[in-house]
Amino acid sequence: MPENLIGTVGPEQQFKNFLSEGKFMIQRCKSLNQYFFHPRVAFPGGGERDLEWVEASGNGVVYSSSCNRRLPEKGGDFNLSLITLEEGPRIMARVEGIDPDKVEIGQKVKARISSLNGEPAVIFDIV
Amino acid sequence: MDKNDINKLRGKTAVVGLAESGCGLASGWSAMEIMATAVHDALDDAGIKLKEVDGVFAATAFHSMAAMSLSEYLGVKPKFADGSQIGGSSFLSHILTAAMALDAGLINVAVVAYGSNQKSIGGFKTISEAMPYEAQYQPRMPVSAYALAAKRYMYEFGASREDLANVAIAARDWALLNPRAYTHQDGPLTVNDVLSARPIVDPLGKLDCCLVTDGGAAVVMTRSDRAKDTKNTPIYLLGAAMEHHHRMISEMPDLVRTSAIESGERAFTMSGYKPNDMNTIQLYDAFTINTLLFLEDLGFCKKGEAKELVKNKNIGPAGNLKVNTNGGGLSCVHPGMYGLFVTLEALRQLRNASGDDVGKRLDGGWIDNAKLSVAHGNGGVLSSQVTNIWGVFDTL
Repeated sequence: MPENLIGTVGPEQQFKNFLSEGKFMIQRCKSLNQYFFHPRVAFPGGGERDLEWVEASGNGVVYSSSCNRRLPEKGGDFNLSLITLEEGPRIMARVEGIDPDKVEIGQKVKARISSLNGEPAVIFDIV
Repeated sequence: MDKNDINKLRGKTAVVGLAESGCGLASGWSAMEIMATAVHDALDDAGIKLKEVDGVFAATAFHSMAAMSLSEYLGVKPKFADGSQIGGSSFLSHILTAAMALDAGLINVAVVAYGSNQKSIGGFKTISEAMPYEAQYQPRMPVSAYALAAKRYMYEFGASREDLANVAIAARDWALLNPRAYTHQDGPLTVNDVLSARPIVDPLGKLDCCLVTDGGAAVVMTRSDRAKDTKNTPIYLLGAAMEHHHRMISEMPDLVRTSAIESGERAFTMSGYKPNDMNTIQLYDAFTINTLLFLEDLGFCKKGEAKELVKNKNIGPAGNLKVNTNGGGLSCVHPGMYGLFVTLEALRQLRNASGDDVGKRLDGGWIDNAKLSVAHGNGGVLSSQVTNIWGVFDTL
């Protein structure tokens, strides 16, 4: 990387920019052929810097899930899950289209890009 | 690192004074005032003058530079200070750092301190920043993270909410024996009490979650040669180790295996003792799931078996394992960062058994002949894990 970062944006902003374009992108280390999330400037643990962005398949499995209790006037109960992506990495997200307390570990899910509080966000649906 | 190097610290330092301050409610007192009161009381307990303090260690959710702010408030110019912030386990790591600085001869008297007035100013206080890639989903941290771990634990090992409830029931039974405990007068808990409590983040209800209180604490440490000449019974640091592998719950490699596996193994190795040698077991129980995970990860049973270990009140006052004997974060005190209170209870049990007057308990609240205690701290979202092994003089 050049020392001067002017005119570029970091991986976090790149990820958000992709989301704004409707793409759920994750990083892959080319030499190790390994995917990882969250976005970083180098492969975690090894420091490899030969990275590329790849569009995620969007396929995943619920690793854990919880129903967060919230008053109806504040928006009501909502789901919070950890999803293991087909490519290997894990991501926090919400599973929607199902009661927030009915999401089960092991269920297969598929990502789509929706929005939360006006920001683009990866959301999963049960498949 | 060579094993001999690790063992160099074993027994080289001791806690010679301890105190708590403002536990429960301390309306009208600032976090700093509560913390400094604990420091002065701990120094009185040790019989050491403030002028001798040359090492200051502190972390709070109220001060971005806690060690510096505390030093200034006390009027101490430390030769070494550490305000490392790794969540609730910070103080157990401060104890390790203090032991290193004492052993290296950089300092002679260290204080490790904490203070919080979170309850009297409105509730749980954190200075944790929003986590990138998580914040937009609005997790209620830290409870959402622990709920995800609890759910995964239940899935992998067939555990139930009743198994989690057994942890809360035992903690309360201990609190009923401890007049210092916030819930001392509240009566015992039943499984139904825990299961029917207000749901917070499934599968955790209100009684699966720790108290929200005020409170401060402090310990005073010196080298062991000096410790022999102090006012009360010194308790020696036999082992200490830390590890962490994530900050965000979405980055935790395995939700049912914490870094306590590593910190515990190294701390016990350094101490020369095994988990089953411990007369008291003090674990950072911010949530009921913590106790199950740490009993397993520290080696008191195999992975997935803690749910059996906590049945039949086995970790309560009448049980075989003396776990969280003050009532824990669940039923004694939890002012936001609980690590120093885990430590205080580990030390108090050993000092009481050595004949010191460290307060009154109802029958069964003090563990007879206790010589060894493990204190285990947790920080963040099952993130930082720090294990300290404490022993009386005979165990050196």
